[in-house]
Amino acid sequence: MDTREKNIENLKDYKYGFSTDIENIRAPKGLNEDVIKFISNIKKEPKWMLDFRLKAFKRFKQLKEPSWQKPKYPKIDYQDLYYYSAPKSIKDKPKSLDELDPKLLETYKKLGIPLQEQERLNGIAVDAVFDSVSVATTFKEELTKQGIIFCSMSEAIQKHPELVKKYLGTVIPITDHFFATLNSAVFTDGSFVYIPKGIRCPMELSTYFRINASETGQFERTLIIADKGSYVSYLEGCTAPMRDENQLHAANVELIALDDAEIKYSTVQNWYPGDENGKGGIYNFVTKRGLCKGKNSKISWTQVETGSAITWKYPSCILKGDNSIGEFYSIAITNNYQKADTGTKMIHLGKNTKSKIISKGISAGHSDMTYRGLVDINSKAKNSSNYTQCDSLLMGNKCGAHTVPYIKNKNFDSNIAHEATTSKISEEQLHYCQQRGLNSEEAVGLIVNGFCKEVLQQLPMEFAVEAQKLVGISLEGSVG
Amino acid sequence: MTEQIKIDFEKTIKTSELSKADAKLKKQFLKKFIKNGFPSRKLENWKFSDINQIIQKNIGELSFYNDYSSSNKIDTSIFVDGLEHNKIVFINGRLEKIDFSYEDKNKVEINESSNFKNNLENNNSLTDLNSAFTNKSYIILIKKDYYLKKPLIVYHSTNNKIKSKNINLRLDFQLEQNSSLRLIDFFSHTSKKNFINVFNNFDLKKDAILKNYKIDNLQNENIKYSFNNIDQDENSISETFILSCGSNFLKNEVICNLNGKYSSAFVNGIFSLMNRQQHEIRTIINHLVENTKSYQLIKSVLGKESKAVYQGKIFVNSEAQKTDGYQLSKAILLDKTSEFNAKPELEIYADDVKCSHGSASGSLNENSIFYLMSRGLNYQQSKELLINGFILEVIEKITDSEIKNLIKNIIELK
Repeated sequence: MDTREKNIENLKDYKYGFSTDIENIRAPKGLNEDVIKFISNIKKEPKWMLDFRLKAFKRFKQLKEPSWQKPKYPKIDYQDLYYYSAPKSIKDKPKSLDELDPKLLETYKKLGIPLQEQERLNGIAVDAVFDSVSVATTFKEELTKQGIIFCSMSEAIQKHPELVKKYLGTVIPITDHFFATLNSAVFTDGSFVYIPKGIRCPMELSTYFRINASETGQFERTLIIADKGSYVSYLEGCTAPMRDENQLHAANVELIALDDAEIKYSTVQNWYPGDENGKGGIYNFVTKRGLCKGKNSKISWTQVETGSAITWKYPSCILKGDNSIGEFYSIAITNNYQKADTGTKMIHLGKNTKSKIISKGISAGHSDMTYRGLVDINSKAKNSSNYTQCDSLLMGNKCGAHTVPYIKNKNFDSNIAHEATTSKISEEQLHYCQQRGLNSEEAVGLIVNGFCKEVLQQLPMEFAVEAQKLVGISLEGSVG
Repeated sequence: MTEQIKIDFEKTIKTSELSKADAKLKKQFLKKFIKNGFPSRKLENWKFSDINQIIQKNIGELSFYNDYSSSNKIDTSIFVDGLEHNKIVFINGRLEKIDFSYEDKNKVEINESSNFKNNLENNNSLTDLNSAFTNKSYIILIKKDYYLKKPLIVYHSTNNKIKSKNINLRLDFQLEQNSSLRLIDFFSHTSKKNFINVFNNFDLKKDAILKNYKIDNLQNENIKYSFNNIDQDENSISETFILSCGSNFLKNEVICNLNGKYSSAFVNGIFSLMNRQQHEIRTIINHLVENTKSYQLIKSVLGKESKAVYQGKIFVNSEAQKTDGYQLSKAILLDKTSEFNAKPELEIYADDVKCSHGSASGSLNENSIFYLMSRGLNYQQSKELLINGFILEVIEKITDSEIKNLIKNIIELK
């Protein structure tokens, strides 16, 4: 076996498939008011927060699980899940990294994100989430100097209740859809970012998520507020250990950009996609929504989705402020029995609002990929424009690629352009590459990376490299 | 509604001469319709135009019973001038005239049938309604190797004798091997507030060619639904052209099943709407085998408070390699109150395909208007010229020159 073959052999097993053995504190199984009170209590939350949760839960009980999506999944028994689990050793928060459970640190090492290293070399402040509780928040001091708040959600609720109270649930209200409302009721932790007026965040903020405890639905809640004239770029990267049973992940991410502010939110998602026969894997049902509240504000979503058994998410922009801009760049790759139903919503409410959607879907194996998007230009959104391009690439005839755009134009001053294509890698392209000495895997990798380039370019440097590798790994074994 | 529809149904059955088995089958369709009712926005297919609400708002109570015992006088002024053609004339839903005088009598057969092979499994409650109430369906059979010399125009005409009625019509066209039919569905209505439900079924055998032109041009206050199902065998061609501008509400649904290799389907459409009109075209092209082709072009010009919807779907089966599918919709919004919604959909399970869709909507290009005005045209003229050019592109797609000219005359384009 030569080295290349060996490499491929190694890659076949899920790269991040391991789980650490840490005792968990768990809420009792099931979903009821007591569990919500338990979560709220263990996190020492104020009463208004508990009320928020209970109100959401009350609403949740009236909601029905949606079923219009393309990927179908076995019914989830919401009473058979644990809604809270925390690594025991961080019940009392450590003051520095040295105090952390060595096992935890080991896990990050395997993932390639040793915290200490990261802190020193990359200049990235990492708010690492292990299961549902923030473990350590680094680089805080430098951020604090500028007045930037970057902490876990629980901490924000304790220390900055006025901000949380003002903005939490304003973009994704508790009366939203099924999974978002569930999240509002039982969310455990997540990140909170506040950038004060006129500040340009000096570094890329980043959070690594990991789902660890078995049978634990992870309910993250992230809230990012960019005050007038500020800028922030936020990275979210995900890997998860190998598990047999399907795990539900229903996070809520809310972004708010005030006047002249800009938020850039990048995601690389590589959760466990299930094995080659489609067994196991994560259900990624995430609600991400950004509100361009102020004038001249901008929100940009970039995502690379390669993992999860089912990805079902539509990062959206509500363009409320005049002259605001929304962008969505996405690469979604499905292989084996993975399924994805993803896209975006651009809702134009303000004047002169602009949005751009670039979506690249690649499906291989027995997978199924759907782009579903909405562009809605309101009658008051004068002089707005949208450009959408969604391309799909198919590998083999057992997979599917679908495009379902909804286009609504109620304003005669506005322009909408939409393009979509579906194709395969042409023989000529492959031949050309192979002629120049690449083997077929490498050739496909090269062509696919070219296909995705428009989106990869949008990623911050640190992510772009990782993402490019991921694209290659995800399509391993799908050629020929 | 339920009580009314049951009474009307009993009346309809009594006045027709149906066998027991047929009556029983019809009852099943009725049952299914009553269960599902008129489609509402809860159904994905009717998301943009809720016909249940539209009927309630514009018509209110519908009556489903039609008295077909006495014949109607044919108003010859509705006939199309300047084109020799065969005729089938329906007035208020009653067949009044069949005239195939230009054709070889042995090559064209017209049969009446009360046998409805509508698949009970389907989810379209309007075709169920159709099957429950049409007491006869007409089967037009074009024999092998026969090309109709003249086009056939089916006149769908109503007059002010009827109001708040539901009219159901069903026509079956069977085109045998290597035959050809040019068919114009011509709608002319002087009635008000009726719900007209037309179901055309086409069966195209090998090498057959169908050209279907649906023309709804005269302003009227009716609500219409027209459903075309086209099954295509090897090497057959279907061309559907829809001119959608007359009725208050009109939804055209076209389903093409490309069952045979090298078959192709073309659907072109024009919306030209004003004054609170609401029209929709929905197409589904099913590419089921290798080497099939489809092309769709829909253009809209939307004025005062009008709304147009285009839902187009290209489905490609995993066996349908080498499919070529194309879809384009463009809309010009003339003022603040008009609205255009589109859902161009691709569902693809084969990898060696070329499929694309595009959709664009917006206002008239100010630069183009400026260009024309700088050459001496006034604003209104420039606007008209641009709109005409915009629409003309679709008309130029019509492959039959006689009919192309006819349609140009109808919409007063040169």
